[in-house]
Amino acid sequence: MAMGYSDAVMDHFINPRNVGKMENADGVGKVGNARCGDIMKIYLRVEDSIITDVKFNTFGCASAIATSSMATELIKGKPIDDALALTNQAVVDALDGLPSVKIHCSVLAEEAIKAAVKDYYDRHGIEYDPALFAGLGKEHEEE
Amino acid sequence: MTVYADNAATTRCGKAALNAMLPFFHKEFGNPSSLHSYGQKASAALQTARESVARSLGASPQEIYFTGSGSESDNQAIRSAALTGAKKNKRHLITSAIEHHAVLHTLNQLKREGFEVTILPVDKDGLVTPEQVADAIRMDSALVTIMTANNEVGTIEPVAEIAKVCKEKGVIFHTDAVQAAGHIPLDIKTLGADMLSLSGHKLHGPKGVGVLWCRKGVPLLSLINGGGQERMRRAGTENIPGIVGLAVALEEAVAELNEVGARLTVLRDKLIAGLSQIERSRLNGHPTKRLPGNVNFCFEGIEGESLLLLLDQKGVCASSGSACTSGSLDPSHVLLALGLPHEIAHGSLRLSFSRETTEAEIDHILSVAPPVVNYLRSISPVWESIQATRRS
Ligand SMILES: Cc1ncc(COP(=O)(O)O)c(C=O)c1O
Ligand SMILES: [Zn+2]
Repeated sequence: MAMGYSDAVMDHFINPRNVGKMENADGVGKVGNARCGDIMKIYLRVEDSIITDVKFNTFGCASAIATSSMATELIKGKPIDDALALTNQAVVDALDGLPSVKIHCSVLAEEAIKAAVKDYYDRHGIEYDPALFAGLGKEHEEE
Repeated sequence: MTVYADNAATTRCGKAALNAMLPFFHKEFGNPSSLHSYGQKASAALQTARESVARSLGASPQEIYFTGSGSESDNQAIRSAALTGAKKNKRHLITSAIEHHAVLHTLNQLKREGFEVTILPVDKDGLVTPEQVADAIRMDSALVTIMTANNEVGTIEPVAEIAKVCKEKGVIFHTDAVQAAGHIPLDIKTLGADMLSLSGHKLHGPKGVGVLWCRKGVPLLSLINGGGQERMRRAGTENIPGIVGLAVALEEAVAELNEVGARLTVLRDKLIAGLSQIERSRLNGHPTKRLPGNVNFCFEGIEGESLLLLLDQKGVCASSGSACTSGSLDPSHVLLALGLPHEIAHGSLRLSFSRETTEAEIDHILSVAPPVVNYLRSISPVWESIQATRRS
């Protein structure tokens, strides 16, 4: 078990689910920067407030790739509200834990999804409470 | 196939070294300080090992001190020279930016204790020049410490020329030869240094044992106080199995050094040529003044940990100069000193070889590494924009 990663992390790292780009996505979120380590981009397809498809591209460590993969699995087929409620802790739990020095990588997955939903709202003129996205991108502003 | 390509981290203890060590755990377990027959057998083994190490280095046995690691040898050499200098009001220490942490952290600690430290920059290949050293030396310089060869990028420093400069200016010169000893020719007499560190486990000997060579007449202070072992320079009952193993391993490494070095250089250059075919890749360290067993590459748009773990899945055990840990990534100080930008230093891969490495293993690395790099780039959200930029 490399670096103290769980089997679930290694599985999602080696065989990531929902990896790839999406043409004409309804919402796209990108967070992180190369200097801090990990960059995540999430694409959403939304129909009637349901996330019918999701894809991701990630640059980063094994935790970043595994959390991207798990986070997309957790929101696929779910209502947007569920995706917004997804916490990094839920992703970590679904992966049977992450080493403590790697928790910050899971925060990126939560933020990438929030950024993608915000983009979806913005593009479709859907009103929302800005407080929902407060703090987003502050820590991981792009260069 | 599992390829062990991390010999700069540690090597497999060789059979000859292991067999030489084994009797000293159970059968000949005596303490060399004891006067009875058990003690005398241990004492004789210690003396034989000391003579053997001296022979391997071209030194005299009285100049050999056994320590607990390469790190300890570095600590002792530096601290001893600093404290000796301070007695004569010399409180200036000189080193390079690419030293091992055993050297840099010791110097940092001395800085907190009131010493002044000059850290010489290196060029893009990791070289320090004798001129830089000459320019840095002052009236109050107590020590110059420059490594013989770098552990990450494999660059071999011009230590004989640096030693000459130090001798002319009357400054103690120590060299960390942990990666060099047993790998490239090293003769104490032609080297001209005052102190030299090496470590057993980097040359197919056991872990937890090192050597500090200290030229006759150069004062050496003890770090560890207690009994009178190692002529009062290193207290603690001697690690006889470790010392015996180190001596045998060093002797063996020196005996086959030319042959192994020539063979590894060919394999190294084949690997370098192959990996250079990967788009946006670059060799780190000097192309020719480099350890025969060291290959270090950066792949743009690649993160080191992912690369390492996927290579591990394909049977290649390597290492990387960066790890994504506490939120801010700290690429290795060596790669940054070579002038690599943070983003690029992230994607570094060190492959380090030994006498056990075969051409089939190099071919295996060449068959698995390019697809892994391509795959990671294919799932990256930034690779296309990197590709679109001009080459840095
Ligand atoms: C250049 C250099 N110096 C010092 C050391 C420390 O040696 P040891 O592991 O025996 O403490 C190492 C090994 O990591 C090294 O590569
Ligand atoms: Zn990470």
